[in-house]
Amino acid sequence: MGMTMTQKILANAAGKPEVKEGDLIMANLNLVLGNDITSSVAIDELNKIECHKVFDKQKIALVPDHFTPNKDIKSAMQCQKLRKFALENEIENYFEVGEVGIEHALLPEKGLVVAGDCVIGADSHTCTYGALGAFSTGVGSTDMAYAVVTGKAWFKVPSAIKFILTGKPKPNISGKDIILHIIGKIGVDGARYKSMEFTGDGLNNLSMDDRFTMANMAIEAGAKNGIFEVDDKTIDYMKNHSKKEYKIHKADEDAKYDEIFEIDLSSIDYTVAFPHSPGNAKTKEQWEDIKVDQVIIGSCTNGRFEDIKAAAEILKGKKVKKGVRVIVFPATQAIYLECIKAGYVQTLIESGCVISAPTCGPCLGGHMGILAENEVCVSTTNRNFLGRMGHITSKIYLASPKVAAASAIAGKLVTPEEV
Amino acid sequence: MKTNGKCIKYGDNIDTDVIIPARYLNTSDHNELAKHCMEDIDKNFINKISKGDIMVAGNNFGCGSSREHAPVAIKASGISCVIAKSFARIFYRNSINIGLPILECSEVDKINEKDEIEIDFDNGEVFNKTKNESYKVTKFPEFMQNLINSGGLMATINNKNK
Repeated sequence: MGMTMTQKILANAAGKPEVKEGDLIMANLNLVLGNDITSSVAIDELNKIECHKVFDKQKIALVPDHFTPNKDIKSAMQCQKLRKFALENEIENYFEVGEVGIEHALLPEKGLVVAGDCVIGADSHTCTYGALGAFSTGVGSTDMAYAVVTGKAWFKVPSAIKFILTGKPKPNISGKDIILHIIGKIGVDGARYKSMEFTGDGLNNLSMDDRFTMANMAIEAGAKNGIFEVDDKTIDYMKNHSKKEYKIHKADEDAKYDEIFEIDLSSIDYTVAFPHSPGNAKTKEQWEDIKVDQVIIGSCTNGRFEDIKAAAEILKGKKVKKGVRVIVFPATQAIYLECIKAGYVQTLIESGCVISAPTCGPCLGGHMGILAENEVCVSTTNRNFLGRMGHITSKIYLASPKVAAASAIAGKLVTPEEV
Repeated sequence: MKTNGKCIKYGDNIDTDVIIPARYLNTSDHNELAKHCMEDIDKNFINKISKGDIMVAGNNFGCGSSREHAPVAIKASGISCVIAKSFARIFYRNSINIGLPILECSEVDKINEKDEIEIDFDNGEVFNKTKNESYKVTKFPEFMQNLINSGGLMATINNKNK
C-alpha cells in the first residue's frame, strides 16, 4: 500500500522498506533538540544513568531561548546547567545569548534541518520543520534524554490528513490566517496523533515564512507533525542555508488519508483565534469591539523577517495608540540584523514599539511582557490558553503580524484596511 | 497493581499551561511543581486532594506544550492515575516515560466528582464503588506495556547496559 510523506520519512529513518499506520518503530534521528526549560529535566535524567555519552555531538542542538536572557536566579541556574552540559560534551550546536534565536526559527536558518530528516525536539513546536519537508515532532525531556544517548526515538506510525491548497491568498492574508482557519475548521484535537500533510498548487503562493508559521501550529490541532511537499522554494531555502544533503519524499499516489480537505486560499479572510483556544477562530465580521492593552509581534510562529517586515510596513509613518504596549521580538539575531539593515527597526521604534532580544519570553508567560488582571493582548504567537501570558483573567487574541500591527495603531482589534 | 481513591473531575482540552503554568518552569523540583498544579483553574487543587486520588477528564487531556513538568506535577501531587477520554500525544508519551499511570476510557461521563474508584491496572479494570459500575479501558499496546513494566524509558537504557 502507498505511503504518505511522513510514513516514507519514518520508514527511511527506521531502515525499513515500508511502514504502515499503527506500526511501532525505532527511528534513527538526524537531530535532537532541547531548550533551557526542557533540557534541564533531560540532564537530570541523564545524570541518573551510568553511561551518558552523547550519541553524536554534531546532531544535538541546545538552545537556551525560553527564560533568556536569564529572567531570574532559578532560570539562570537552569541555563548554567545546560551550558555546563554543552561544554563538557562538546555540543557543537549550543547557542549562547548573542548568537541564540528562538529554536524553531534558528535551526532552519542555521541549516541544521533539511528535507527528509527525522527530528525530535523537547518542545512542542518542533513540528515547525515540516515546512522543509522534514519529519519533526515535539517530545518530552525523557524522550530527549534517551535520544541524546542513543540517537533514537520510538514512534507509532501516524495516519494523515491531507490538505490540498489551491488558489492565491487575498492581499494581506498570510500563513497565520490560513492555519488559524484550518484549526478552527478541524478543532484543537482534529489531527490528534496524525500528520497534517500540505500539498497542492496553492503552495506556489506561500512563502517559506508562511509555511513555517503553518507547520509550527500543527500541534495546536493536536497533530504529531505538519509537513509540506518540497518545491523549488524549499530547495532554494535549503541551498541558501544548509550544506546538508536533503532527500525529497513525495506521498505515493495511492497513499491512504483519513480525510482530505481542499482549501481554496483565495476564500480565506482575516482570521483571529479568540480566547482561550487556538481553535476558537473568528473572521472579521465576527469580531466585536475589542480594546487592546498589549501587542506582541514575534515568536517561533511569527518572528521571521517577513513577519517583522509586514508589521513595519503597516506601522510606517503611523503611531502606536497611546496606552498600548507593542513589543516586537525578531526571532533570531540574523533576522534582527536584517531588520536593522532594511530600516524596519527604526520604523518600528519611531512608531512607538519596543524591540526585544530574541526570546520565547512573553509567549509562554515567562517574562518580557506579562499581562495584568483583565488585560487584552493581540499576539502573533501560537497559544491563547487561560493564563498563558500572565494573569488568569487576561485574554489573548492570536493574529497575523499585519492584524497585530494594525491593532497597535487603532488600540483595538482591526484589519490593516481600517488604519 | 491496584489503586483506589476519590475522583476529581475536569473537562475537555485541559492544557499543560493550566496543569503547570510556565511561570513555575524555572524549577524542576517535583514538590515545588506539585504545589502549583492546576492552580489556574482550581486554586485549591493541592489542598483538596488526598494521596491516591484519581483525576478524571474529557478529551485531549494534556494538550499544548511538551513540558514534562505537567505529568511530573500531577504525579508529585499524589494523584495515582489520570483517566481521560483521550490524551494529547506528547502528554501521553511523557506520562509513560515518567511513570504516571494513565488510562483511556470512553465512559468517563458516568463518573462524578468525589466518586470512589478502584483501578486494577493488571486487568485494565476501572470500578466505581460509589455507583457499583465497571468501565472498560483501552489496553496499552504490548510495546508500551513493556516500557511501563520496565520502569520507564530511561530504565531500558540502564537495562541494556547491565
